[in-house]
Amino acid sequence: MTFSGLALALEWNLQPAASRLAAEIQDLHEYVMILCAAIFVGVFGFMFWSVYAHRKSKGHQAEEFHEHTTVEMLWTAIPALILVLIAWPATRLVVAQKDTTAADLTVKVTGIQWKWAYDYLKGEGEGISLISTLSTPREQIEGRAPKGEHYLLEVDNELVVPVNKKIRMITTAADVVHSWWVPAFGAKQDAIPGFLRDTWFRAEKTGVFRGQCAELCGKEHGFMPIVVRVVSQEDYSKWVGERKKALLAQADDPSRKWSLEELKARGEKVYAANCIACHQASGQGSPAVKAPALAGNKFVTAEPGPIDTVLNGRPNTAMQAFGRQLSDTEIAAVITYVRNSWGNKASDVQPAEVKARRK
Amino acid sequence: MTQNASTHGRQQHYSVPQPAPWPIMGSAALLLMAIGGVFVMNGTRAGWASIGAGFLLLVYMMVRWFGDVIRESEGGKYGGWEDLSFRWGMSWFIFSEVMFFGAFFAALFWARVYSVPDLGSIESNALMWPGFAPRWPSAGPAFEEQFTPMAAWGIPAINTLLLLSSGVTVTLAHWALKENDRRQLVLFLALTVALGVLFIGLQAYEYGHAIRELNLKLSTGIYGSTFYMLTGFHGFHVTCGAIMLTVILVRCIRGHFTPDHHFGFEGVAWYWHFVDVVWLGLFIFVYWL
Amino acid sequence: MSAVIDHDHAHGHHDHHGGYGGIMRWITTTNHKDIGTLYLWFSFLMFGVGGIMAVVIRAELFSPGLQFVNPDFFNQLTTMHGLIMIFGAIMPAFVGFANWQIPMMIGAPDMAFARLNNWSFWLLPFAATLLALSFLMPGGAPGVGWTMYAPLTVQMGMGMDFTIFAVHLLGMSSILGAINIITTILNLRAPGMTLLRMPLFVWTWLITAYLLLAVMPVLAGAVTMTLTDRHFGTTFFNAAGGGDPVLYQHIFWFFGHPEVYVVALPAFGVISQVIPAFSRKPLFGYASMVYATSAIAILSFIVWAHHMYTTGIPVSGQLFFMYATILIAVPTGVKVFNWVATMWKGSLSFETPMLFALGFLFMFTLGGFTGLVLALVPVDIQLQDTYYVVAHFHYVMVAGALFAAFAGIYFWLPKWTGKMYDETLGKIHFWLTLVFLNMIFFVQHFLGLAGMPRRIPDYPLMFETWNKISSLGAFGMGLAQLLFLYIVVKCIRSGAPAPQKPWEGADSLEWTHLPTPVPYHSFETPPVLH
Ligand code: HEA
Ligand code: HEA
Ligand code: HEC
Ligand code: CUA
Ligand SMILES: [Cu+2]
Repeated sequence: MTFSGLALALEWNLQPAASRLAAEIQDLHEYVMILCAAIFVGVFGFMFWSVYAHRKSKGHQAEEFHEHTTVEMLWTAIPALILVLIAWPATRLVVAQKDTTAADLTVKVTGIQWKWAYDYLKGEGEGISLISTLSTPREQIEGRAPKGEHYLLEVDNELVVPVNKKIRMITTAADVVHSWWVPAFGAKQDAIPGFLRDTWFRAEKTGVFRGQCAELCGKEHGFMPIVVRVVSQEDYSKWVGERKKALLAQADDPSRKWSLEELKARGEKVYAANCIACHQASGQGSPAVKAPALAGNKFVTAEPGPIDTVLNGRPNTAMQAFGRQLSDTEIAAVITYVRNSWGNKASDVQPAEVKARRK
Repeated sequence: MTQNASTHGRQQHYSVPQPAPWPIMGSAALLLMAIGGVFVMNGTRAGWASIGAGFLLLVYMMVRWFGDVIRESEGGKYGGWEDLSFRWGMSWFIFSEVMFFGAFFAALFWARVYSVPDLGSIESNALMWPGFAPRWPSAGPAFEEQFTPMAAWGIPAINTLLLLSSGVTVTLAHWALKENDRRQLVLFLALTVALGVLFIGLQAYEYGHAIRELNLKLSTGIYGSTFYMLTGFHGFHVTCGAIMLTVILVRCIRGHFTPDHHFGFEGVAWYWHFVDVVWLGLFIFVYWL
Repeated sequence: MSAVIDHDHAHGHHDHHGGYGGIMRWITTTNHKDIGTLYLWFSFLMFGVGGIMAVVIRAELFSPGLQFVNPDFFNQLTTMHGLIMIFGAIMPAFVGFANWQIPMMIGAPDMAFARLNNWSFWLLPFAATLLALSFLMPGGAPGVGWTMYAPLTVQMGMGMDFTIFAVHLLGMSSILGAINIITTILNLRAPGMTLLRMPLFVWTWLITAYLLLAVMPVLAGAVTMTLTDRHFGTTFFNAAGGGDPVLYQHIFWFFGHPEVYVVALPAFGVISQVIPAFSRKPLFGYASMVYATSAIAILSFIVWAHHMYTTGIPVSGQLFFMYATILIAVPTGVKVFNWVATMWKGSLSFETPMLFALGFLFMFTLGGFTGLVLALVPVDIQLQDTYYVVAHFHYVMVAGALFAAFAGIYFWLPKWTGKMYDETLGKIHFWLTLVFLNMIFFVQHFLGLAGMPRRIPDYPLMFETWNKISSLGAFGMGLAQLLFLYIVVKCIRSGAPAPQKPWEGADSLEWTHLPTPVPYHSFETPPVLH
């Protein structure tokens, strides 16, 4: 296909490491591979020698021996010793990997079907939240447009962290198990709904690092990338400042009254970004996740509109709580949109109404 | 066979049964029940018809299949060699049942030792479940109603006594059989069945009490889940055991079995002891501790 | 104490099917050979179905982007491919071997519970029906992976329930089969066939049967809890109610890891029959083979969490499970060394069964080594849920177990059918399978290392080349299996008559004591062993 695809395609080892942990994992892997290769050559050297030299067609006569205690003891003991040689460096690395104390920055990452929500909990940037969704257009996936360089590995909002700082990632999930993984950092941690787990990394290079969700989480599991932008300390502080300012500027005034058309236009965007995966662009729903059709749906058009459903989700279904992910305005907009699309006809929903129903 | 030869004498022929349609009938019955079950669980009431048909077929199949076995046994087809097979078979079947219960006990221990404490840890309280106190019994951090856990020293304790004594009576019946004392045999066996039925009755009463007065349901979080799954599967096994005992009782009344050839009796007795032991585990870990 | 009991077959020794004819013969049969045949054909059918699913998977993965199937259906295919291959193809294949071979190898009249044996088989087609039905339900078959992790299972449609009940039936079948095999081996051996004289195939099945007995009920428990979480409001795997999704994983892998040895041990057994036969030399280290097999089985119960290193188990847990897991390399190594030592200074010839056995030996060891790499927590953190894992388990299960099954089929086909297969075609089948198999799965190691997750219908561009090679291999491998079907059919229809003992070095009872083809009832009276 594209040139870059072919050039990268001959990768046959782990991705280049961007953290010491990842580099050490790579070393451990190579060390073990060399040991295994040596054993392999030894064992199959013997086998192929037999195959060559002890063939019947060469007239070799079978000997009758079928036991040899010393040899058997040896080939029990020697592998056991080799295992100790392997276990020792592995143990050291495990202990290092699990040590999430003394972090400079703590970020909580929540896996949601099918996006990642990041909350900066502690350290510089505390209070920042962002939601990170695949940004590769559907046309590329469906083959209606040429695929870009970072096909399937690009998102709207990247996780931004400073270089050379210990970042603790607390993982959890809103619906099913996901797994947060960036190969270059050697960090992978499952995100378990309702539970908190953690891992850490210290990126030693600036740049953009990409990974994917590594636990089957439903139909869009393959479309849930992770992109981390590692920047210098100054750039990071600058980013935090901008982010905070933007947050203030962006915040819609929830008491403002919007027109139906305004809400619908905004809602269409929100719908495309958040709801399409399950309820489809056509509003027909998808049986794969038991998402009902919203088109022609009486519950949707009934008063006062499915505000609670969208705010709080439905427990034990794929319908997630959007209250935390979307602003009052966005929720009002998307509800207005679904109430007035695909032949549905109903009144608009104003941000103030959503705000009133928040618990 | 050397060990067989010493205990059971040299027997040259092993009885291999004739072809039979019962197995495939059983499979068909299970298929019907499974399909019906799926439809019922997903809100299609018509599934009940399929479950019913499957169940009837299953019962018919069992009656015929066991009927064949009983006939073969009474017809003298089973000597010591076959008898030993039945013993191995039944023991390992019971072992597999133990492992089945193991899965549910594992769930109980996991909830008590890991998941509930983890959900109530400091960080979890701060970021996920504010205010959740990790105390057992627990129905989890999102359970909002009130419920009362089961007390051990009421009906459950009585039930323990009932089951333990039924273990004794079935053994007395066995001794009577070995002495060829048919009257005692029938008496103690009938007593065993009665104790079993009483146990089931009390268990059913207790369920009613739990649901109505304690607000304890299958959906009462992990406590309700483990409580009803464990006791429910146990109760189901007791029911099966009681039915099996009843069949054996009828066979005893009809004069089946001899003092040295009665594996049908023993197999059921083993099974009964097994449900007994499981109950002890339940009593200790579900009700008491 | 015992009398010589009048025997069921006393009056009908030579009529084949005790009253039933035609299709009813196969439905009602209590004969271990008939049932073995049924198992083997069923398993081949399932191999075809599962394989066709794999081919669709590979076709979708031929290029980046979505081509043939939508992501949801892709997940359904992956799930069903895994379930069907393991429960429908590989396990029944080896149970088929057990049915044919165990009574013949230990000099038994039949299986201990012949009627029950029939049921063990006849549960399978019904379970397969349930799996097939799940595709027809709204929402289709479950797209959750063969591991069926909670709580994704809660989101699935009715197909999930069908799959759960199918697993129940499969479990029943395995449990009943295991009880039968254990009882047969422990109670029906001919006089003089002491435990330590049993062929190794029988030993491996004895141990496998214990594994099945211990873990299939646990799987039944796990899916039962899934069912009640779905429909009856329990919260076993739901944090809101105090349960835990990870609990499911523990229970599943407590089943799942021993399960992979259920797949592997009978394969070891077959190889242990084939290699000595074609080396014309007794198996080296028979006793240590038995101990090693037992050691593997016992260890297999304490390593399950190596599938869960990334779930966040505490460091002590990770270390314990890492040490226990790599320890399995020792007894497995003993087996590999014993096989090589059996060949050492033998008189080797390379008919098709031997070729498959050598292929097994070579590639299973390779798969074992990648297992060892995965067992190391830090490395597994990078490789968990990538194509490296897919490569690992296809090496041990396809290049391992499936190759052993092919070896066994070519080995015993003359005994079973009374005819010889076409040796040239057999060899061609071997070489084609070998080449294509490595084409499919060797490159998947690179994909995994480079970071391609498993269970995805579409992938970033950098993975394209290896995926293309892998897919081409899969198409080739599928065609090669059509050749296998042709070889078997040709053997049955028009193979040359086989002698009683076509393999010079074979020495178990079925070769030494029974004519070819074997009579319908083999050992009605126990054979006399020297
Ligand atoms: C036949 C089936 C089979 C067999 C035999 C094995 C054998 C082994 N497996 Fe594998 N495994 C699977 C089937 C199997 N596996 C499957 C199906 C999965 C994925 C399930 C899923 O997620 O869907 C899996 C996944 C899996 C994982 C989880 C990966 C992940 O998801 O992250 C791990 C991790 O430890 C692992 C390890 C091992 C090890 C250490 C062995 C050992 O038994 C291997 C031992 C053998 C050798 C090591 C080679 C021979 C030895 C010598 C020559 C001696 C000298 C050697 C040394 C001293 C090193 N396996
Ligand atoms: C022993 C079991 C076994 C076997 C034999 C195979 C065989 C094959 N598997 Fe396997 N596979 C699994 C067990 C097995 N697999 C498991 C457990 C999983 C994990 C599932 C999960 O993630 O949940 C998996 C997942 C898996 C994946 C990953 C999917 C994903 O993550 O999304 C892939 C991708 O390449 C794959 C490919 C193949 C291929 C190409 C073959 C080929 O070797 C197949 C070759 C065979 C054929 C092509 C059929 C030949 C045709 C006939 C015999 C004709 C006769 C036909 C009839 C009579 C109808 N498999
Ligand atoms: C990951 C899948 C998923 C996403 C994303 C999703 N939904 Fe849903 N939705 C569902 C499911 C599943 C249900 C059915 C829940 C049930 O069974 O009660 C549902 C139900 C609903 C209902 C109630 C319909 C009824 O008849 O009860 C509304 C309204 C709704 N969704 C709107 C939305 C909106 C608006 C968005 C985006 C902001 C959205 N959904 C995003 C899966 C999803
Ligand atoms: Cu999220 Cu896979
Ligand atoms: Cu494993």
